[in-house]
Amino acid sequence: MVAQVMIPEKFDVIVVGAGPAGITAALVLAQEGIKVALFERGEQPGVKNMFGGVMYYSDALNQLLPDFWKEAPIERYITRHTITFLTSTSSVSVSLKDEEFSQPPYNGFTLLRAKFDQWYAEKAQEAGAFLIPQTVVDDLVWDSNKVIGIKARRSEGIVYADAVIVADGVNSLIAKKAGLRKKFPCTSFAVAAKELLTLPAEVIEERFGLSGDEGIAQTFVGACTQGLEGGAFLFTNKNSLSLGIVAKLSSLQESKISIFDILENFKSNSIIEQAISSADLKEYSGHLIPEGGLNMVPKLCGNGILLVGDAAGFLLSTGINLEGMNFAIASGFAAGQALKIACQKGDFSKKTLAVYKDLLNESFVLQDLKTFRHTPSLLANSRIYETYPSLFCGVAKKIFQVNGHPKKKFMSLVKEEMKGKISMWHLAKDLIQAGRSLLW
Amino acid sequence: MVVEDKISTIRFNADIEPHIKVNTETCETCYEKPCLYVCPVQNYVLMDGKVVFSCAACMECGACRIACPKDAIEWNYPRGGYGVCFRYG
Repeated sequence: MVAQVMIPEKFDVIVVGAGPAGITAALVLAQEGIKVALFERGEQPGVKNMFGGVMYYSDALNQLLPDFWKEAPIERYITRHTITFLTSTSSVSVSLKDEEFSQPPYNGFTLLRAKFDQWYAEKAQEAGAFLIPQTVVDDLVWDSNKVIGIKARRSEGIVYADAVIVADGVNSLIAKKAGLRKKFPCTSFAVAAKELLTLPAEVIEERFGLSGDEGIAQTFVGACTQGLEGGAFLFTNKNSLSLGIVAKLSSLQESKISIFDILENFKSNSIIEQAISSADLKEYSGHLIPEGGLNMVPKLCGNGILLVGDAAGFLLSTGINLEGMNFAIASGFAAGQALKIACQKGDFSKKTLAVYKDLLNESFVLQDLKTFRHTPSLLANSRIYETYPSLFCGVAKKIFQVNGHPKKKFMSLVKEEMKGKISMWHLAKDLIQAGRSLLW
Repeated sequence: MVVEDKISTIRFNADIEPHIKVNTETCETCYEKPCLYVCPVQNYVLMDGKVVFSCAACMECGACRIACPKDAIEWNYPRGGYGVCFRYG
């Protein structure tokens, strides 16, 4: 490997992990002239990171780098969102296309993390952050109950700082060692498997009805996961498609079906077969997703320590929205603001750093997680993945099917379709649960 | 498509030392064996009823670490710069 860079033995702040949360925090601090180190275990920022494919608009990012989309390695901006309920032979879709989404500042973007994260880390470096790649941080250094540095896996690995921002991702071994995060069950995590499939830009545009840099974000519920808790996604990049499956670990364990096989099976669904026809596999990838919601949020700060991004479980999964990067960036931004204040005061105690929590409480990060705190239990309802997609497809089919028989009003069709699939009692119960989670 | 074909599309900086160690004796006492289903590259396979593990194609996702009900997996990151290197992500 490349020779080790010389590292000063003391920084004002150390950030562990150069993903969107860590880079944002480093960028905020560097722009203030604060001496910040950004540790990254990968060969360079981005190589350890993957995601489904859509980054939603981030106000924090736009404040730090105005009109970031003009310069950032963005693939396409999302102008159409589609949710598709699938059975093995049928599908029903709901689709939104809005003109406003095709205007700056844009509502969402597809991007590739290896490129985007590297670009973003360069911005932090240009602002003065000290990037230390190829270096694993194994532990923290404590002075009684206060964090005063990190232990890197290298010779003379101890590096001191007034505070450490833990941005080491979904597995956050550091947060666990620091006692800020407990052990979470399988029901709090999903695993994703994704294929990046290349297709010429003009084929993508023709196939999906897009013009210029427009893109679509399509998510699937039902047969795509063979009835397991989770879903599938199909996003358009410039010259490629991101196709993947997300499934709860607990669900995979109970069903004894491999995430790998689920993705292969999904690709044989006729809708997907057509969408990816003649596309070549460029890269296969996988990642873990924290889906525990508010219940999963750990202690966010201690003396000289803050948790951000996936390490703090900041991800919104409602079954309709799946947002992670904007949460990571907003939390990194708040951590940067909190440490700016701490640096001015010269006080890095838990009490001073608690302003981080206040900032998150004021922002969408904790507000959205609170608003949708019941969705994790809603999404654990297995009927969402089998009964309802089959019900929706069945009713829609009966509405459109012409077969020589007299037509019935829609409610009779619903009752007919419900027979043997779901009782009135369960339907009512599910409607109340869904309402409580998403509607009121 | 078989798993080997997919793995061949991923770039790795292979390390000689394995970063994950599995106590496969403990696996014999495990009934659920969730590792067989949660790993996207199927690094855990059954051979003659026993769990066999290789971390050569590990994407470092951590799914096995969370899913293992027996704490049989000693999970860590590879050395800095080694392991999976996504080209696109």
